[in-house]
This record gives sequence, structure tokens and C-alpha cells, in this order.
Amino acid sequence: MDFAPSSSSAVLAGDAPSGAPAYLPPTDPVLMKLMVSGPFGVGKTTFVRTLSEIPTLHTEETMTAASVPVDDVSRTPGKTATTVAVDFGRITLADGDFVLYLFGTPGQRRFLPLWEDLARGALGALVLVDTRRLADAFDAMDLIEEAGLPYAVAVNRFPDTPPIALDAVRAALDLDPATPLVECDARERAGCVDALIALTEHVLDRLPPESAP
Amino acid sequence: MTTPRRRLVPAYLATHGRTAAAGTHGLDRLSVLHAAADLPAGLGGEHRQLWELVRPGALTLAEAAAHLRLPVSATVFVAADLAERGALSVRAPIPSAQPVNRDLAERLLSGLRALK
Repeated sequence: MDFAPSSSSAVLAGDAPSGAPAYLPPTDPVLMKLMVSGPFGVGKTTFVRTLSEIPTLHTEETMTAASVPVDDVSRTPGKTATTVAVDFGRITLADGDFVLYLFGTPGQRRFLPLWEDLARGALGALVLVDTRRLADAFDAMDLIEEAGLPYAVAVNRFPDTPPIALDAVRAALDLDPATPLVECDARERAGCVDALIALTEHVLDRLPPESAP
Repeated sequence: MTTPRRRLVPAYLATHGRTAAAGTHGLDRLSVLHAAADLPAGLGGEHRQLWELVRPGALTLAEAAAHLRLPVSATVFVAADLAERGALSVRAPIPSAQPVNRDLAERLLSGLRALK
């Protein structure tokens, strides 16, 4: 498995849908969505690919069309709307009662309108960070906080990452003590599952105790 | 099912030139689409492709968009057209349309734990 940076152009060039579509189970599953965010090249695509039971797919998202009325494009005919690829995958859980979608989304501030649109209805977000460039994660964390989503942070341990204590990462990122911070290798399933478990536990902590009767 | 080729019609034509987000049935990336009836006469192109794609089984709108290589925004319009004509059934990601609650999150958590 490669660790190729997932710049949008690289994603657009590859990962074409291949073969027959994987249809949803006929069990009327509940569909849920978690966001996987972070700076370019941090391993979001790899993370999604490691966990997804279907070959990862990508949608073509036009920045202007995503949440602003599409009219905006026609008013500036000379300008092509910025297109960004969002890749995603899915996991069926609990014998088909649930299908969890993972959306790998760019974490740069300029993607704010797209981010808000993508994150609507999401349960939470996982921020992947590379300890060699921690500051790159701030944009993603800001976007998620503005969207009001609970999040956890996962250090993606690259083969050449120098060891760094999680406490130091927590301090450098100025994380809230309640924000889960875990380590994983985006290529290895068990650690990726653990990261989602840490995130979901945190989501649960933040939900109000029994809401409706 | 055929693998769609690169689309030949620009996205703005797939939407018949519409630009306002009217009548989109609250469609979302995770709306579940499934063909419900015959394809109405007079609908071709992207409409036919989407309808044929979700005839054998259900897919989310995001998955349909990816398979058709249409932008999500254009797929919303095509799906809304089909739904309006009764050719497509659309359901919300959470069938009972309840907001995320502890029960759902707990079931998700146990489902994730079972993956280990």
C-alpha cells in the first residue's frame, strides 16, 4: 500500500469506479457518516481505503456549487469553478443494520463552503496529523470546530516518523483534555478501527443523556 | 452493469440548464436511491443512466454520482427529476428521520468494536 500524497489531481487520475456497483444491503440500513480530515498528504485516502469494504469512490465537487447557489458560476462565465475530489468508502456493520460512510475531506480553510456542505449530518470527524508538520492540522481542526462536530485526532505513523510522545503532540496542538488523541498506521486496519472507536466514544460522551421520551 | 465512460454532456446540460436549487427533495449525499418504476418516456441521457444504475439495487446519491462521474450537484437535479416522476424512490439516511441520538451512536460503537 502506498503513502502517495492525495492531492486532488492524483485522486482524479486514479481510483475510477471499477466493476459493478456494490449495492446497499436490502436491510434498509441506517447510514451514518464520519469525516476523515487533515492536510494534504497526511494519509486520508489511505485511511479510507484501508477500512472501506468497497473500492473507494470519489465525487467531483464544485466549490461554488456545493453550498452557494449555482448561479454564482454563471455570473462569472470566464471562471471555472474550483473542482475538488472527495473520496469516500463504506463499512457495513451489525449484520447490515448500519452502513458507515467515511468521507476523506481536505482540511484547508479555502474549502470551508464545501466542508460545511459535506459535514452536514456527520456524526463526527477524525483529524489525521503528521507529527513532522503538526501545524498543518490547525486548519482542519478549525473547520471542524466551526462545523460544531466532535472530533478525535489520530497521529498517522509514517515509517520514517521520528518517535514523539503523544503528550507532546497534545501540547503542540493545544488539544482540549477531553479530545481523544490516538496513534495509527493508516495502512493497518486494526489501528484505524481503534481510531474510529475512540472518535465514536467521544461522540457518545458529547451527546445529551436521553434526549427524547 | 456497464462502467460509465467519461460523460459527453457537460454537467450544466445534465441539469437542463437549471441553476437554482429548487425542488431537490432534500436530497443529500447519503440519500438512498432505488429505481421504483419504469423510466418515464422522454427521459434519456443522465436520467436513464442514473435510473439504470439503481435498478438492480439501492445506492447513495454520492455513490451514484461517483459511478456516473457526474458532480454531486448535477446528480441531485437528475435524481430529483426522476423522483418527481415517480421513477425513483428516495429515502433519508436514517429511515425514521430521527436525529443522531445515543442509541444510534451506541449501536455504531458496538458495530465498530465487532470489527476487531
